[in-house]
Formats: sequence, structure tokens, C-alpha cells
Amino acid sequence: MNLRRTIAIARKESLHVVRDPRSLGLAIGIPMLMIMIFGYALTLDVDDVRFVVWDQDRTPASRELIAQFEASRYFRLLAFVSGREALVRAIDRGEARLGLVIERGFGEAVGAGRRGRVQAIVDGADSNTASIVLGYTRGVATQFGERLRRAAGARAPVDAPVDLRPRVWFNADLESKNFIIPGLAAVILGLIAALLTSLTIAREWEGGTMEQLVSTPVKPVEVIVGKLVPYFAIGMLDVAIAVSMAVFVFDVPLRGSVAEIMLVSGVFIAGTLGQGIAISAVARGQLLASQMAMVSTFLPAFLLSGFMFAIANMPKAVQPITYIVPARYYVALVKGIFLRGIGAGVLWRDVLFLLGFALLVNAVAIWRFRKRIA
Amino acid sequence: MRRDADSAVVVEAENLERRFGEFVAVAGISFAVRAGEVFGFLGPNGAGKSTTIRMLCGLLAPTAGRGRVAGFDMVTETERIKSRIGYMSQRFSLYDELTVEENIDFFSGIYRVARNRKKARKDWVLEMAGLQGHRRTRTAHLPGGWKQRLALGCAVLHEPPIVFLDEPTSGVDPASRRAFWTLIQEMAAAGTTVFVTTHYLEESEYCDRLAIIDRGRIVAAGTPTELKRDHMRGTVLEINCRRPFEAMRMLERLPGVREVALFGAGLHAVVDGDGEVAAMIRSRLEAAGFAPVEVASAVPSLEDVFVSLVEERSRRESGVKEGKGR
Repeated sequence: MNLRRTIAIARKESLHVVRDPRSLGLAIGIPMLMIMIFGYALTLDVDDVRFVVWDQDRTPASRELIAQFEASRYFRLLAFVSGREALVRAIDRGEARLGLVIERGFGEAVGAGRRGRVQAIVDGADSNTASIVLGYTRGVATQFGERLRRAAGARAPVDAPVDLRPRVWFNADLESKNFIIPGLAAVILGLIAALLTSLTIAREWEGGTMEQLVSTPVKPVEVIVGKLVPYFAIGMLDVAIAVSMAVFVFDVPLRGSVAEIMLVSGVFIAGTLGQGIAISAVARGQLLASQMAMVSTFLPAFLLSGFMFAIANMPKAVQPITYIVPARYYVALVKGIFLRGIGAGVLWRDVLFLLGFALLVNAVAIWRFRKRIA
Repeated sequence: MRRDADSAVVVEAENLERRFGEFVAVAGISFAVRAGEVFGFLGPNGAGKSTTIRMLCGLLAPTAGRGRVAGFDMVTETERIKSRIGYMSQRFSLYDELTVEENIDFFSGIYRVARNRKKARKDWVLEMAGLQGHRRTRTAHLPGGWKQRLALGCAVLHEPPIVFLDEPTSGVDPASRRAFWTLIQEMAAAGTTVFVTTHYLEESEYCDRLAIIDRGRIVAAGTPTELKRDHMRGTVLEINCRRPFEAMRMLERLPGVREVALFGAGLHAVVDGDGEVAAMIRSRLEAAGFAPVEVASAVPSLEDVFVSLVEERSRRESGVKEGKGR
């Protein structure tokens, strides 16, 4: 490997990047856009559940129960309805996720220390949301019950449930953005990095410049390494943008060290860039190369990295596949550093895997890069 | 130096063959190029010129046959060959987004031009291509002729002893083509061996020696003079008369006339024998009202040679006896 030739390639490739503002904008704009969109839209939190009430009882007790729901930050009262038909319509139209039916006699029963009956109708089309809404509903009802008991002067201590005081670690508010956004960086970087490099060799084959280049004494390793340099810089810039946005725009707590994130990201990027180049060396056409890059990075990173969907919850048959998805290790590292404040010291196995992957794909890229036309 | 039968053979091919699936692009060709020669490879599009040049430059592996370039084996020592040759592909493959100077610097780095030679070589390219005032112009904005000269300059930055030029003059205006051939002649005069392909017949006159290739086979080889002398079957007559197009239609049907083609304002006819046919043509044309008629024997151009060779091969292969017309 000759340094001067490698530098010549790196310099030329950097000039390409600088001269092509569109692809540069793409490389920097897309990650920002994706973090914005995903950060705001991709939330698993169920907030602001709109509900309608059919209050058949109309007593102080029923009004108090409704007020209890309204006071919760999870619920928002949409309307009072008078009749089952109106309630069903509100749910059918998707205006409300929850319909409460407070039966006649609720106030009387509660006042007499008996069980008051309330029916909750939940839109179960989205089962995940439905079960969360049901949980919230039960919680509000329980609180209401506690208050009644306390008002009655602890007349029935036997009924008091176990006093569970949960303490959630690492993501105390259980906000999904805190765990989605750090992982999101992995998905975006994987996609962008591979996409950028997947085009670089294919473009030269299509444009004819590669024919000129392979007629010179340049070595494959010089071409590959030289081409990696500018894209590596862009990748690191993307990491810096992603981390800054997570911290400053989305208030994700960063408990570990920035240096460690950059280091781990560097290893990950070197691997994904290499994957793109290897694809490019094999595909030789820009369209095919970009599609291969998309499918081979984005999909596994999105679905199998554990960035959104916990790997432990995946079907048993799918779980082993995740072990060969580099994003899985990177997501684990980034989440670890961000939320748990632990780093490469604890997760060194993941770092080692990423390093191995980076070396492997780049070796494949060099090996598959042919200085031949056909 | 030029056309010296004693100078060393620097490019040689032996039964070189290349197939792409069923298609035979180059069908076992052999030739030798001596140091300092301008060797032309002449043939129509698709004849196998680019395929041959790519094999010689180590860009394409031959299916069969052997060859040596600069003393190295074409199949096993391609990388050693690559540092001793300059190659200019059909598409003047420069980087369009880079400026003139950046392209030169890039290839200078790739060829590892000695640091103390770098500036001199760059200046040489800029001067040779007439681009001194355009160092910072994007290559994409250069007119074809300048791009072509810059591409040549970049391909020979490292002063290789052998240069391969694949249709260097296609798509370039006539003035630039002439200027380009002057450059090639200069390089050859300085001792560089030039292997050049072209489908422009008139350009082959600039070559010291040439091979005519058609559908993957070399159909004739030699100096331009030798080709005209040895490969011209029949005599070329130059005929001037009225309404040459109609005259051509009539002559085509005459016995003893192998071919007739419009040539300038008149006609060129390739005929068997000499005097008798010429006299017969004159009388027939005059009788048919094409007078005044002038018939003279002409020096065959390479075009005549080429057409005659290619037609003859077609005729032989298709087994048609009296295939006339083009």
C-alpha cells in the first residue's frame, strides 16, 4: 500500500464530496430530518387519551370520578354523551379511545361502601395502546377507590392492596424517546454510511473513470482506503449531529462519556462504510448498489437491532439472526453509554464484534474489488 | 528511430482471443509492435479494437492466447505492465467535477510522478493541451478537443514508454483531430511507442504501420503503402461524368466491375484487369448520355483498400459469387 496514491484517492474523493452539494446535503440533512421525524413521531408513549363519558348516574360521586380522570395527565375529556349509540360512534370514528359508562346507582353504591360499577369500552384495534389505556384506567379507578376509603376513615384496612413502590432505573420517566433516540442514531448512521459508499465505486464504473483508474498501478487497498477517508469524516459528523440533537433537542440524558460514544461510533461507521464499498465493488451499478445498501443495512438495523423492538421479545427463531446484525451491538453500546452511563469497559464484547465486522467487510471489499473490466 | 526493423518488439500478441459468452469479440489475432512505432488498429465499430487494447492493458483477461507488453506477460504480470503504459480510454475518462489542475494532480499522485518532476510535468500537460489559462476550470466545461488533450496528458504524466489510445479522436472536431495527431507524432519522435485505434480511415495514413481488423480478425497488416500495393485486387479508376449517381447504378451491373462508390464529385470503381474495362466503361457511359466522361486510373486510398478487404471477406464467407454494391 502506497501512501501517496492513497492520499491522491482520498483527496480526489473529498473533492467529489465537496463539489457535489446535493449528496453532501443528503449526508447531513437526512440524519437530521430522520431524527426529527422519528424523535417526534416514533413514540411508544400513550399520552393524552381522549375519552367520552356516558354518565347515567349524575351524582357528586360520578362527577368526582370523571374529575379524577381529567386530572390525570394521560386522559383528556372529549365530551359527555347521552346514550350508547353516541359513545360507540365516537370510538368508531377514532375520536375517542376510551368510553366510560357510569351506571345509574354508582353514587349510591359507593356511598354505602359497596362496589360501584363503571364500564370502560376501549378501542382495541391497536392492542398495545389498548392495554396501556386499560392499565391507566385501572390505575385511576384504584386511586379513586383509595380516596374513598381514606375519606371513610380507613374503615376497611383489610382491602388495602400491597403497597408497591416502583423505582425505574436508567429511564426514570419511562419515556420512550430516551431509549429510541440513541438507538435511532445507529439505524440512520448505518443507512447513510452504507448508502454513501455504495455509490462511490459504482459511479466510477458507470462513468467510465474506473476504467482509467484500473489501468494505472493503483492497488485495490489504496482505492478502498482512500475512498473511505472522506466518508468516514462525514459519518463522524453525523454522529456528532445525532448526539447533539439527542441531548439538546430531545433532552435525552447522556450519562456516559462523549469520547466513548465517538470511539464506538467510529468503529461502527468503519464497518458500515466498508459494507457499502463491498456492495459497490460487487454491484458495479449505482441503482442496484443503493438498493442493496438500503436493504442490507436499514432493514436489519430497524427491525433486528433492538433499537425499538426488544430482542428478547422476538420469536425464538429470529433471535439468533440478530447476532449477525452489527447495529445490534452498536445499539446496545449507545444505549448503555447514554442511559446507563456504562461504556466499552462493560460492553467490550460488543466493541470487539464491531471491530471484527469492520475488518471483515473491508477485507471483503478489497478482495472483491477487481482491477478488471469484466 | 521510427520504423526501424531492428528495434525491439515491445508489444506482441499471439493468437489472442476473447469471447463474451457465445460472442467472439477477438478471434485469435497476432501482431507485433516495435519500439517507437505508431501502430494503428483500424476497423469499424465493433470490430474488436477496444477489446484488444483492453487485453493489452491488463483490463480484460484474454480467453485464449498470449501476449507481452513491455516485456511482461499480459495475463500474469498485468500490474507490472500498468506502471509502464499510459492508457486513454474511448471516453476521455477524466473526473468532470474536478478542475484541470486537480485532475493532473490526481493522476500525478496515482502514477507517483517524482516530486521534482511534478511541476515540470504539470506545466508540460497544460502547455501541450493549451490549458495554461484554465487551470481552475472544471473539466466538465471543457470543449471536447481540450478534454481529449488533457486526457492524453494525464495518461502520460509518468512518461511511459508505451501509450495505448483507444479511439482518441472520436467525437472531436477536425482541427482538434489534426492537432492531436501532431501530438502523437511528436511523442513517437521522442521515442514513445504509440498503439492507437481508430475507425477514421484517413487517420491511418498517420501510422507507421497498421493492422486492419474486421469482426475480430486481422484482415491485413503493413505500412499504408504496402497495404495499398498488396491488398488491392483490381484497379481503381477515377471516373468523372454527369449525374454520377445514376452512372453508378449503371456501372454496377457491368461485367468486370467489382465495385463502384461515389468519391468526391465523381466515382471510384474497382475493376478487373486494366485498359479494356476502362475503355468499355467510357464508351458505355458516353452512349448512355453521361458525357463528357473522364476515366483515369487512380491511386487507391486506404478507404478503397479497406472496403475491398471487408467486402471480399463478406463475399467469401457468404459464398455469393458476384456480390456487388455496398
